[in-house]
Amino acid sequence: MTALTALIKRDIRIALRVGGGALIGVLFFLTVVVLMPFAVGPDLALLARLGPAILWLGALLASLLTLDRLFMADHEDGSLDLVVMSRTPLELACAAKALAHWLAAGLPLIIATPVLGLLLNLDMAATSAVALTLLAGTPALTFTGMIGAALAVTLHRGGLLLAVLVLPLSIPVLIFGVAASQAAISEPVTFGAPFSILCALSLASFVIGPFAAAASLRQGLD
Amino acid sequence: MRLLGRGVGCVRGGRDVFSGLDFEVRAGEALAVTGRNGSGKTSLLRLIAGLLTPAGGSIALEGGEDELTLAEQAHYLGHRDALKPALSVLENLAFWRDFLGGETADAGTDLAQDLAQNLAQSLASVGLDHATDLPAAFLSAGQRRRLSIARLVAVRRPIWLLDEPSTALDTAGQRLFSALMQSHLAAGGIIIAATHGPLGIEARELRIGDAAIQSDPAVRRLS
Repeated sequence: MTALTALIKRDIRIALRVGGGALIGVLFFLTVVVLMPFAVGPDLALLARLGPAILWLGALLASLLTLDRLFMADHEDGSLDLVVMSRTPLELACAAKALAHWLAAGLPLIIATPVLGLLLNLDMAATSAVALTLLAGTPALTFTGMIGAALAVTLHRGGLLLAVLVLPLSIPVLIFGVAASQAAISEPVTFGAPFSILCALSLASFVIGPFAAAASLRQGLD
Repeated sequence: MRLLGRGVGCVRGGRDVFSGLDFEVRAGEALAVTGRNGSGKTSLLRLIAGLLTPAGGSIALEGGEDELTLAEQAHYLGHRDALKPALSVLENLAFWRDFLGGETADAGTDLAQDLAQNLAQSLASVGLDHATDLPAAFLSAGQRRRLSIARLVAVRRPIWLLDEPSTALDTAGQRLFSALMQSHLAAGGIIIAATHGPLGIEARELRIGDAAIQSDPAVRRLS
């Protein structure tokens, strides 16, 4: 347990220092959402309708942006070798790294959502619905994205490959995340069903992600 | 305790690097792995560390702790020094101590003081105690190497796997490191080092690559 806390603390500390990845994700999220009203035009009703989808897309891309460094940095400086050799099971170490990444890069996105909701003409209820679905859904993005990040280490290819590998896995999260947010805004659909599926996706990714990433890292050592 | 390799073979990228390698190291002994560039010295260390899978043969540790694998009882000091440039010298070492050693304590307790002292001593033993708060990004190559070596001191592991350990170290640093290796051996540890130059400690030589495996008397004696 000590080893895992140490790993989480270190990763968060690095992410928050200068040159770490935590702020890059939020800035990217901000840029995407701020630019969107300029592209869509001054139709407030349209903006409000597109709002949840825009926020979700922005969050998805922002979390992808920083994910490729998840294992790559450790691989390049040799830390990964020591983590693999250590007495901590690799699956748990992977889960700890993903958790640290989510805390440093995912959580700020959710905190930024209420502010960005204003720019998209979303009312209070809609904004909190989006923030809630992001809270339930972004862990799934991180934990499935981790599989792609581990494969990227194995295959010695960075960024682009990660996007190709991870995007298909994150489509269900996107669909149900946006569906749940829309349901909270427009009455006919119920919020519960898509939101439950979103939570289920996150829970499933907690189990599958660490094992798949650890298996990939073990295969890919050289 | 002894580390036994029998008929160890290694294939990298479809090419036979070495095969049929036998070696044996007992507690308190050092083994210097030598050979030309590309002969598989690093590969051998990574095989022992469990970071590569042998193409043949077996590597086993006899008389170690039963519940732990060979890799879990070994330190690996590779080319890459596993330091984070954004963290300070002390933070880097404290992380590896916590992650590898698994011991921490609440602030203020005796144990916490012991642990802090252990870190300070480890840094002092490699001559880095003046730079504890410096970010690792500003360290020179030799200082980075010293900090990696401090990791071996901060967390006790019976087996040290060292890949070109004296690279970038100045003569004082090499003497310092020789003394550390000497005391590790005296405490019953095992050292396997890939090296080109002298290690500064008494070590048997294992030459790998070419036909050297058959012709070298040192290796015949081992098998």
